[in-house]
Amino acid sequence: MAHEINENIIKQIAHLAKLTVTDEEIAYYLPQIQKVLSHFSELNDLDTNNIEPLITPVDLKGYLRSDIVEKVISTDELLQTAPDKVGALFKVPPVI
Amino acid sequence: MSTNLQGYEAVIGIEVHVQLKTLSKIFCSDSTDSTAGDNENISPISLGMPGSLPTLNSKVVDLAIKAGLGLNCQIRTKSFFARKNYFYPDLPKGYQISQYEDPICEKGFVEFFADGMEKKVSIERAHLEEDAGKSTHYPEHTLLNYNRAGVPLLEIVSGPDMRSAREAAEYCKTIRAIVQYLDVCDGNLEEGSLRCDCNVSVKKIGEPKLGVKVEIKNLNSFRFIEKAIDFEIERQVDQCLSGQKIIQETRLYDPDKNRTFTMRVKEDAEDYRYFIDPDLLPIIVSDEKIQMIKKTMTELPRPRAHRFVQQMGLTQDEADILISDKAIADFFERTSELSKNSKLSANWILRDVLGYINDHHLRIEQIKMSAQSLAELLILIDQKIVSGKIAKSIFNDMIATGESAQQIIDKKGYKQVSDTGELEKVIQDVLAASASQVAEYHAGKEKVFGFFVGAVMKATKGQADPDKVNELLKKMLKS
Repeated sequence: MAHEINENIIKQIAHLAKLTVTDEEIAYYLPQIQKVLSHFSELNDLDTNNIEPLITPVDLKGYLRSDIVEKVISTDELLQTAPDKVGALFKVPPVI
Repeated sequence: MSTNLQGYEAVIGIEVHVQLKTLSKIFCSDSTDSTAGDNENISPISLGMPGSLPTLNSKVVDLAIKAGLGLNCQIRTKSFFARKNYFYPDLPKGYQISQYEDPICEKGFVEFFADGMEKKVSIERAHLEEDAGKSTHYPEHTLLNYNRAGVPLLEIVSGPDMRSAREAAEYCKTIRAIVQYLDVCDGNLEEGSLRCDCNVSVKKIGEPKLGVKVEIKNLNSFRFIEKAIDFEIERQVDQCLSGQKIIQETRLYDPDKNRTFTMRVKEDAEDYRYFIDPDLLPIIVSDEKIQMIKKTMTELPRPRAHRFVQQMGLTQDEADILISDKAIADFFERTSELSKNSKLSANWILRDVLGYINDHHLRIEQIKMSAQSLAELLILIDQKIVSGKIAKSIFNDMIATGESAQQIIDKKGYKQVSDTGELEKVIQDVLAASASQVAEYHAGKEKVFGFFVGAVMKATKGQADPDKVNELLKKMLKS
């Protein structure tokens, strides 16, 4: 961890995750998050130069799909899963 | 143009989003048809429903490799997808699947001419990602159409190598020509299948450190790219000169007002909290695959322009305009081949055909005249059966109606009169009616010769072959 976790970082992360946090909550969570991250700090002591990051544990080749169009479900059925719609468009609260 | 920037210089880098020409989306079998009705092309995967899993479209990988080779890139034999996290309803998953570290194509370059100078721009990377849905905003709510969510894109990222708006526009044209030639993208800026975002910053000349960059979006024509960047460079230099700071932000271009305005203050890359997408396995590309795709590569724009100059006798400027759009270059080659006159074909296409499509906002594929019809007209000009002036009227009718040159000639009675007997008769009449001018001519006033030519052309309604008229007049005035 390059950053030291402080109140500002908690605020920034909460902002990116669209969460509202009060100062009391920050005071409550900050030591907990610091503690969890400190468990990982030992990893920082390891020399990882020249070691490729492990992305998949087994060296599998991804399965590729052919470029074929298939309609798997009707638009109406999918629209029914939404709380609100206008015609065939999904309706959400204003975003600007 | 880098006119007087008061000691400052501009640095421009460009991201081009190229929509890859597939039938289905990048991670599911929804259609990519842009004419479909609202939300017609959606499924649980493109809506990001819980439990749905992406499966990569093989055609997307092939097209990305092909584009990468056209951009002189190295193709990674192993690359990965990453999640770019942000909350916006145009992507219901809460992240966009993209590539971050290890993109499929990297370290390439393109070359082109700008203002008569040869320019080379580096391509840092070209990576695969999915497009987002389209949102329409109202004061009380936002409406969403996810037909575009999951459409495959290749994002081509240039180095910060351009110094003027003109170079930037030429770079974008070059990228479009390459992807069109390779048939990996239809390259339509108006419909958004090719989108150019320009990063612009300014710095004092000689200063090694780059200035704060501003990204300009919403540029749907090459002309707007040039105008928006010119405006933005000027705005930033003014800002610097008056001692104000430039803030890192995204600005939109308003073509009506010819200015840019703030859209949002940019989030940093680390704000996107990229991480490898655990739902997708690495993209593995074999050397055999790359070799196989190499074999399917067609002639690219630059070599084609070179061939037009070297083998067909065109100027570099003529060749550059013709090759910038593959369909126009194809039209030219076909016309040239059928008419056996490259120079004449180039002249008529550059002046008359392009003039017509620009005036009518058409693409060359949409005009009614075929390359074959144009070639037929050019042959008639070459054989002096019609004069240049009449050919222009015939051309106007041809391109408007789609009729052949012969049909129009027959209908309107156009024909170049080069029949000696017929012309001699007309000349005799003209000379008989202008006795005083004939006398002047014989008295040594040779200027009146032009008067006779004019009179003959008038009598034949411009349809006489001027060379033949000259020849016959000289002969008949002597006798």
